[in-house]
Amino acid sequence: MANLDDLYREIILDHYRTPRNRGELTSPSTIRTEGFNPLCGDELVVYLDVQDGVIVDIKLTGHGCSISQASSSMMSAAVKGKTVDEARATIERFKQLMTVHESTLDGNGEAPVADIRTMGELAALQGVVKFPVRIKCATLAWNTLSQGLDEA
Amino acid sequence: MSSYNPRQVRVDTPLLEREINGRPITYLDSASSTLPPRPVIEAMTRYYELRHANVHRGVYQTAVEATDVYEGAREATARFINAPQGLDEIVFTKNTTESFNLLAKSWGAANLKAGDVVLVTEMEHHANIVPWFQLREQVGIEVRFVPVTDDFRLDLSDFERLLDGVKLFSFTAASNVLGTRNPVKELTRIAHDHGALVAVDAAQSVGHQPTDVVDLDADFFCFSAHKMLGPTGLGVLWTRAAILESMPPFLGGGGMIADVRMDGYVPASGPTRFEAGTPPIAETAGLAAAIRYLEGLGLANIARHEDELTGDALKRLANEFDGRVRVIGPSDTADRGGVLSLDVDGVHPHDVAQVLDQFGVCVRPGHHCAKPLMRRFNLAATARASFGPYSLTSDTDVLLEALASAVKMFG
Repeated sequence: MANLDDLYREIILDHYRTPRNRGELTSPSTIRTEGFNPLCGDELVVYLDVQDGVIVDIKLTGHGCSISQASSSMMSAAVKGKTVDEARATIERFKQLMTVHESTLDGNGEAPVADIRTMGELAALQGVVKFPVRIKCATLAWNTLSQGLDEA
Repeated sequence: MSSYNPRQVRVDTPLLEREINGRPITYLDSASSTLPPRPVIEAMTRYYELRHANVHRGVYQTAVEATDVYEGAREATARFINAPQGLDEIVFTKNTTESFNLLAKSWGAANLKAGDVVLVTEMEHHANIVPWFQLREQVGIEVRFVPVTDDFRLDLSDFERLLDGVKLFSFTAASNVLGTRNPVKELTRIAHDHGALVAVDAAQSVGHQPTDVVDLDADFFCFSAHKMLGPTGLGVLWTRAAILESMPPFLGGGGMIADVRMDGYVPASGPTRFEAGTPPIAETAGLAAAIRYLEGLGLANIARHEDELTGDALKRLANEFDGRVRVIGPSDTADRGGVLSLDVDGVHPHDVAQVLDQFGVCVRPGHHCAKPLMRRFNLAATARASFGPYSLTSDTDVLLEALASAVKMFG
């Protein structure tokens, strides 16, 4: 049985209660990308300031459930100051984390250590995989970021 | 002679024997779909085991019996809502949404022209909004909305002016979000006085309170079998026989014709004109059984019981959470049904529903296909709990226990 504590880890609740990088960017070079989750009504706007291939600033507005809010907050913290290529690699790793099949999890629902070690805080979101209807909550921010980077 | 004991309904409903996450299921999503009792399931099984054949064609014994099942359900439905001309006025559709699409795409397209007005309300389900928007795109009708007040009722202060030029007033008998029950008879009378026809979305009312189309006097009723203890895949459109005869066919194909030649076709008369192709047959057996079952309980008894449950739940929700749980809907039971849309301070409805699931509590998070209404109250979503004929105060006990846990978890 999937346990709620796997989903609502303390670090996720912390990001939900105190989201990082909230707000808007207004400079003319800002890339503004909207993401929607029509089934839940989640809405997200990602503001990116990319200069010389580096994400020098990122801000977020919108609303959604704890998973989508925490995931977007953690995403912003993970990619701020990183190069676009590094951010894309993180997106890829995160998406793999979200598609990891039940059979590749060990008995405690943990993904193989090698994959997780490089993920930092983001690893806390792996419990979402055990609640398949919530995966789209976690991936909204990352898909929106990916679209934004396509415009950079 | 009706007898109603909700505990017996519980015993009759197999799905309520299930355990979810180690707890007995607490089913509070009847506004989405009601749970069928054993007689409904058995009627469908019996049909498939003994009588299954296609309808309206064969002369062999089971084909005749299948047709009797199908037309018998039409007759039972007509009697259930007191349709004055009986089965000639009952069209079987897929669901309430298809009933509204039939109304808009057949009656609407034939009778409305550019500039004509269809009046709906701000508390409608998308099923009673989008088909009218589609007709607006096609022929240029105007779609007008009756607003909703801050205390979750229709704002009728400007109703007569809004009715000016209206050809059809189409509104819900009971809101699937707010629980608000609208005064169908009174609103129908006023709309008729202004020369408008009236359509009623009865999806949320027909399984929870008596429905008499003669008394209410509206011109169209749309509802679904699966919200009145019946199966999914079957809906109903009722309208007066005279109106029905004037409506052009909707979907074309087999079953809906009187004749087809190389150069054209002649549609069948009566409701079958709108029932192209092999219809859901087993489902009509289920609907007829659901009607028998509901009539055995007594719709007035069900309404009284659900009102008591709702009153009790409203009181406890108001008292037990220091204002952190807000009910988006009328706060007294005078004009509301058993639908409780909850807004929990600091906890997103999806998270509320997730925590509730851990307690085996089934509620629906989301916008409930009523986005204009959600916007009206600046909400993206609510967690909605709703009662059915099998609900008990013990369901409310578990709901409150689980809500307390959600509030605690998210601090």
